[in-house]
Amino acid sequence: MTLSDARLGELLTIEHVGGQGGFRRRLLEMGLLPGTGVTVKSVAPLGDPIELLVRGACLSIRKEEAATVSVSVSVKVAPQRLVRSTIP
Amino acid sequence: MTLSGPNLVSVDVRVTTHAPVVLLAGNPNTGKTTLFNALSGEAARVGNYPGITVERRTTSIDVHIQNGSREKAQLVDLPGAYSLSARSPEEKVTLEAILGLGTNPKPSLLVLVVDAGQLARNLYLLLQVMELSVPVVVAVNMIDEVSSPPDMAKLSNRLGVTCVATNARKKKGIAELRAAIDQALRSNKPPQLKITYPDALLAGLGPVECALPKHWELTHDRLRPLALWALTSVGDDELRDIPQELREACEKLRKSRQDQDLDLDIVRTRYAWIEDCLQRIDHASGHTPKHAISERIDRVLLHPVIGFLIFAVVATLLFQALFVGADPLIRLVEFAVSNAQSGVERVLPTGWPRDLLSKGIIGGVGNVVVFLPQIALLFAITGFLEDSGYMSRVAFLIDRVMRLLGLHGRAFVPMISGFACAVPAIMATRTLERQRDRLLTMLVVPLMTCSARLPVYTLIIGALFPPKKLGGWLPLQGAMMVGLYGFAVVATLGAAWVLGRTVVKAHRVPLLLELPPYRLPHFRSILRMVISRSGDFLREAGTIILLCTVVLWALLSFPRVPVSEPQTPQLAVAAATSPRAPAADRAAPRTDGARAVKTKADIDRSPGAYIGRLLEPALKPLGFDWKIGVGLVGSFAAREVFVSTMALVYGISDDADVDVPLRERMREERRKDGTRPYSPLVGASLLAFFAIACQCSSTLAVIRRETRTWRWPLFLFAYTGILAWVTSFAIYQGGRLLGLS
Repeated sequence: MTLSDARLGELLTIEHVGGQGGFRRRLLEMGLLPGTGVTVKSVAPLGDPIELLVRGACLSIRKEEAATVSVSVSVKVAPQRLVRSTIP
Repeated sequence: MTLSGPNLVSVDVRVTTHAPVVLLAGNPNTGKTTLFNALSGEAARVGNYPGITVERRTTSIDVHIQNGSREKAQLVDLPGAYSLSARSPEEKVTLEAILGLGTNPKPSLLVLVVDAGQLARNLYLLLQVMELSVPVVVAVNMIDEVSSPPDMAKLSNRLGVTCVATNARKKKGIAELRAAIDQALRSNKPPQLKITYPDALLAGLGPVECALPKHWELTHDRLRPLALWALTSVGDDELRDIPQELREACEKLRKSRQDQDLDLDIVRTRYAWIEDCLQRIDHASGHTPKHAISERIDRVLLHPVIGFLIFAVVATLLFQALFVGADPLIRLVEFAVSNAQSGVERVLPTGWPRDLLSKGIIGGVGNVVVFLPQIALLFAITGFLEDSGYMSRVAFLIDRVMRLLGLHGRAFVPMISGFACAVPAIMATRTLERQRDRLLTMLVVPLMTCSARLPVYTLIIGALFPPKKLGGWLPLQGAMMVGLYGFAVVATLGAAWVLGRTVVKAHRVPLLLELPPYRLPHFRSILRMVISRSGDFLREAGTIILLCTVVLWALLSFPRVPVSEPQTPQLAVAAATSPRAPAADRAAPRTDGARAVKTKADIDRSPGAYIGRLLEPALKPLGFDWKIGVGLVGSFAAREVFVSTMALVYGISDDADVDVPLRERMREERRKDGTRPYSPLVGASLLAFFAIACQCSSTLAVIRRETRTWRWPLFLFAYTGILAWVTSFAIYQGGRLLGLS
């Protein structure tokens, strides 16, 4: 699974940061390392970009790049919690 | 800029006589600028030295290096950065400042500002700085935002550099930070940091170290960190001054280690060191109370429906503030200018020197100052948006749209400001990080319908289009006005699309945007920035605008012929060169009591008219005669001057409102053969010309000031001129083919 198709509010763990070159390096430098916990906090009203919560900071990247970050689910969110976080 | 800049991206920092240089660096959104202001003191003069790539601010601060004696040090505010590794020239600025490359002075000390709530990520930059053996002091800022602040003694001890807890907004910890700066300058001891990178990584680093440029201050300690810098920077970069040798060495190393993830190894080793440090001082990072509040605000402001509505309201308010809010101040400037002009005219005898002073120079100063209200207002608003954290949200909300233009979401603010006036909008592009984005925005913003075009549109539409209703209900004149706005938006987006793929082509840069917690803006910092940037405009762009006004005045004011009556078209020259309002001059009483022979400008024989006639062959295919040519020359001072210049050409006294008689004159104008030179078709052609052509010396002057070269203003003038000509040609000739007019 990648960050672009993760559900909102789920606690995820980064498995692998794909992509290449400078942008990948910047993601790593911002602390998106394998093993780091990450949550997709919100999606912009026009569907893109998405907002991530990683290491206590809110970062926004586009779905295209989010698709290069593979993640695994650490804690699944309960359906009602999910509903609340999608529709605030 | 990107395409023409010199090899070294350095900033013109004027070095005072060997004063020690203290750099201020840190991640974005760490309160760096507020700390800069707190360190420099309220009274200190802050110099904005706009560089080729970035704007840099410096000031002098008092330091005590020897016991008791006070010295001046130069404090340089560097742009915010997450890391030293760089793909673009603007990201390399921090490294260049640290190494003292180019015109950068050699720094004695670096003050690194870190966000107390984001220690791990902020320490990444510190680690890179320490590896380069630069003496460093850490300001752990916004300490009030964290519930359990780290122990400074332990942190200092663990990192091996002095850390001071600060709250720059409340000026807390500033005295301690000053003491730490003094101490560090006195001891001048570079930090010792040895990070154990995996052996497999270090093994192949030798050739890269050998390929490093010799002028990079290559002390023994710096070889490895600089080689690592090159390895994590050179590749798919836009850097300019990297020797081919170094590029090849990096490329070769990467190729030979394809099984290894070099980037990950380097970054992971660094983070492991940071996490180990923080763990040993029992510091647990996490959500701060500030974040919880921000999250709640974001639920509203980023809401799919409500968030967008609020965004629309903010954008409208921004536009309204520039369009309407600045108006009283603009009127005040105009009032002051017209009073100064009439004062001069009352005191001095009639003649061209008097006119030069009143119309040329005072009018020119007015032409400059008249921009200040909008500039100050726009910088205050952008400062507020940036400081509060909402600017990042704007970028987040609108990214999907701006991406189509190849621009960052932040470019939205200068874009929308272009509807009021291109000059402040172009200055607002400084909020964009990439110089390529700034340049692209600057080149398309002048196509927006600015407020100076409105009087011209009103005149042409009013004079040449009948006030009838289309289909019995849609007022033609109103529809034309709305259509012109729509046309401007399409032209701007189209130009951005084309230029972004041709002239200012660049690598696609993926979005990586931090959404910082909402914070109350720091009013004093914003005020200081507004004042310093306004002063900047007056000094640099102002002189060019003033010069242009004087030249244009001269073009339309000679030769002079004797005149018996004072109420002649001569007076209209004043209107033609006075800022914004032809009306301003009408307030001036004409007390020409002097007995000397009065002279007036003979516009028909003026150089301006000569240029107008010279242009006629080029303008004829567009349906314009030489009189419009003169108007176009005059409108170069400011677009709305077209109206008063046309009045001047038609000898309409400015005693009354020029607009109405001018409209009638243009409507009644006949060629010798009895045909009308100004048909609705000519009107449409003229409107298109005004909508596209960059007929504005102030816009060109301010672009020259922002890009530090005449190349881009000339390019803008040429491309909009050609595009305008072609469009008008197509409209006029196409219309004639269709049997119109």
